[in-house]
Amino acid sequence: MQNLVGREYPPFCVAVERRWIRTFADAIGDDDPLYRDRQVAAAAGYADVPAPPTFGFSVAMEAAQPLLVLADLGVDKTRTMHGEQSFAYERPIVAGDVLTGTQKVVDMYDRKGGALTFVVTQTTLANQREERVCDLRTVIVIRNG
Amino acid sequence: MAEPVLERVADAPKTARRVGFADVEAGDSIPSLVVPPVSRLQLALFAGAAADPNPIHVDDEAARAGGLPGVIVHGMLTMALLGRALTQWVPQRQLRTFSARFVAMAFPGDTITASGRITAKSVCDGENRVDVELFAVNQRGERLLQGVATVALP
Repeated sequence: MQNLVGREYPPFCVAVERRWIRTFADAIGDDDPLYRDRQVAAAAGYADVPAPPTFGFSVAMEAAQPLLVLADLGVDKTRTMHGEQSFAYERPIVAGDVLTGTQKVVDMYDRKGGALTFVVTQTTLANQREERVCDLRTVIVIRNG
Repeated sequence: MAEPVLERVADAPKTARRVGFADVEAGDSIPSLVVPPVSRLQLALFAGAAADPNPIHVDDEAARAGGLPGVIVHGMLTMALLGRALTQWVPQRQLRTFSARFVAMAFPGDTITASGRITAKSVCDGENRVDVELFAVNQRGERLLQGVATVALP
């Protein structure tokens, strides 16, 4: 498999709307009004409703970032699994944010005699004020053969 | 063990609770999150909300073609449940890092429980922080996901 370590993808841009945050909170079964009600969010010190902690990965997914890597490797997504995910938080993502992200491939390695290939990427997200929002580290596992 | 204290604050409204650094010790558990069994509808809703187009979470045929026994739960949905265990314990803005390793697959109908335990207390970047070891298990107690979070406490 082609070694993509060092490859950096063009910046992507994703707008975060209130409705998206609410449907995400619905899907994870969290009924906290913080994710739905601007006044509750304001009382908690947020400019608008914040997104739950794992939402940043969906921002990268919305921009199809993990799929770009798989396309470059010629791998079908049904043969892949999410191995690990990390978030380092700097600022909350809130409704109204327009996030810019960049993804790069930082590591690739085989396991189980080549039956599995691990691809590690890093993605940084910043908001419309160019403030760092969060960094993501993603490990995708490809089942070969 | 400060567990009774943690349980009591977890029952308070989310905006009112306040877990302090002095209230906790390494070894303390955070309140577990128990949720209803994962349904196929929830997987479909999460696929849309999380912008995850992978058919292995909604289409049994596609999952089997990919070598799986059938559709599987999104790892990120299970991780989101761990996130809920954290945010029902402390305000979300106190989260500094949150990581998870997906160790086993979950399937529709599984009942997932998200739990955590404080492993260390420290002072870092001028604030009090705790490391929390996190895990999600299914109804048979099999570990689905292992995680770790760093949380600032006042």
